[in-house]
Amino acid sequence: MRGRLKYKLLNLLNRFGLILLIAWTVVSLVTLLIEVIPGKPSTAILGENATLEQIEQFERKHGLNKPAFFVTFSDDGIKWNGFDNRYASYFSGILRGDLGVSFRTDRPVLDMILERYPNTLKLALAAMLIAVLIAIPLGVLAGTHKGSWIDNVASFFALLGISLPSFVTGPFLVYIFAVKLRWFAPTGSSNPEDIVLPAITLGSALSAILTRMVRSSVIEELGEDYVRTARAKGLSETVVIYKHVLKNGLIPVVTVLGLQLGVLLAGAIITEKIFGWQGLGTLLLDDGIAKRDYRLVQGCVLVISMTYILVNTLTDMIYSLLDPRIRLS
Amino acid sequence: MNRLTYTGIFVVIVLLIVAVFAPFIATHDPTAQNLALRFAPPSLEHWFGTDSLGRDVFSRVIYGARISLQVGVIVTLISSFIGVIIGSIAGYYGGWIDKILAGYIFNVFLAFPGLLLAIALVAFLGAGLWKVVFALCVIGWVGYARVIRGQVLKVREMDFVQAARALGASDFRILFVHILPNSIQPIIVQASLGMAGAVLSEASLSFLGLGVPPPAPSWGTMIEEARGLDTLYNAPHVLFFPGIAIALTVLAFNFIGDGIREYLDPKQRKR
Repeated sequence: MRGRLKYKLLNLLNRFGLILLIAWTVVSLVTLLIEVIPGKPSTAILGENATLEQIEQFERKHGLNKPAFFVTFSDDGIKWNGFDNRYASYFSGILRGDLGVSFRTDRPVLDMILERYPNTLKLALAAMLIAVLIAIPLGVLAGTHKGSWIDNVASFFALLGISLPSFVTGPFLVYIFAVKLRWFAPTGSSNPEDIVLPAITLGSALSAILTRMVRSSVIEELGEDYVRTARAKGLSETVVIYKHVLKNGLIPVVTVLGLQLGVLLAGAIITEKIFGWQGLGTLLLDDGIAKRDYRLVQGCVLVISMTYILVNTLTDMIYSLLDPRIRLS
Repeated sequence: MNRLTYTGIFVVIVLLIVAVFAPFIATHDPTAQNLALRFAPPSLEHWFGTDSLGRDVFSRVIYGARISLQVGVIVTLISSFIGVIIGSIAGYYGGWIDKILAGYIFNVFLAFPGLLLAIALVAFLGAGLWKVVFALCVIGWVGYARVIRGQVLKVREMDFVQAARALGASDFRILFVHILPNSIQPIIVQASLGMAGAVLSEASLSFLGLGVPPPAPSWGTMIEEARGLDTLYNAPHVLFFPGIAIALTVLAFNFIGDGIREYLDPKQRKR
């Protein structure tokens, strides 16, 4: 028993260490990305005609006048710059919850991100809900009618959902539901019903993956002994399937759901762009990249990727707690 | 291999022919504008109609195959090459080399959402065909590395490798002459799925305005241009054709990948 606990603790420590290492790499990468911009950020923001004073003031405000890293390599050899450098200050800023100040708006980047974060989360969760609502009935139908035309139609839709990227599905949905039927507005995120089209777009690929999983899960479980027992004691087919088969068949589906939440959060970038949904993706693309607000881009990339990493790790841990079979292997 | 695999191979061959002979197949100059003829519906002259600038959609879709396949092939070649080298070194040497490569570097790249990394790279480097290729290679190689590492771990324990070692072959010779040729099969599957991924990523980046800059007819750019409400109201076909082209291409490569995997792994074939 004690050996088991020790092993568990070691495993946890190992995993925690790896996350720290990954987080450090991601932060370093994001920090150093700003150094590869062709030309100077000050020229990109202030334009070619900025005076020397303006440039100097801008660089001092954003700490761009400091050396980039601890050491500088030049023809004269290696020079030690001390701890007052851009890499160290961005890093210590993050530890204090400070992602710097936007190059364009002079607002703290963290505030801008926190403003948009709930919208992206809402979109990802709505997409997941829609995916589940489509996938479970469709997967059960396909699984219980294996080989019939219902199964073929469901499989066809699943294939379509997987192979159509969101930037194709999205505009098609806009065309059908906003332009032709006029049920929804083509873009926006102010009215409650605005979430429907983006959520379907973002969730369609996931619903396709889930439909396939539920189908094969149902087919597998239907061959088990307990199903025969349930049927033998006279339970109706509906009860057998929804109370017994699904309960067991949904275990793998739940894991995939957790892992897919990260994928949805990252995939929301494109969907938000299609529908002008005011989340992290549009913040990154429209306010960050399009306006060359590199400080904002750094912050967005950092927050999106750290969320992705954390969600995936948490899912992994919860799953290994719930299912002892995974823990041992 | 089943019918879907052959369908996939057929589609890819057609795509290759279209990409190579694009100038002979296209009926118009893909970038020539004709503002008098905006949003024309499909006709004998313009098979897929014209877009918001009066450009021939058919010719743009044809030339778009060039960009997609070009990026797909180059990215797949480079990232599989890098991935195979790094992955096989990790698998063959094991020990601390494997700990650093597979335990740390692979995990970092797998932990990062791929498209986000590509977006970030292109955002800082600037848009352009070769920068897109670079960004997609950066996110692409690790898939190959992981697959080949697993294979090499298995193969290096086999008798013929021991025999080669007993005969005094060098590490380099054992790895590249004996182990790699016997580990390469799953890479073919990975490459096929990787082609689908690269084509999709290029289209995504171009859709976001971070890929191949206009007026080059990338399918992603075409969809970005077609989703304007002006075009959606007047000429939905401008959206339809590049969308179908992307979906078909991605499906075809996925079918081929799945087919080869089944072929290589007979256990899966029965299901």
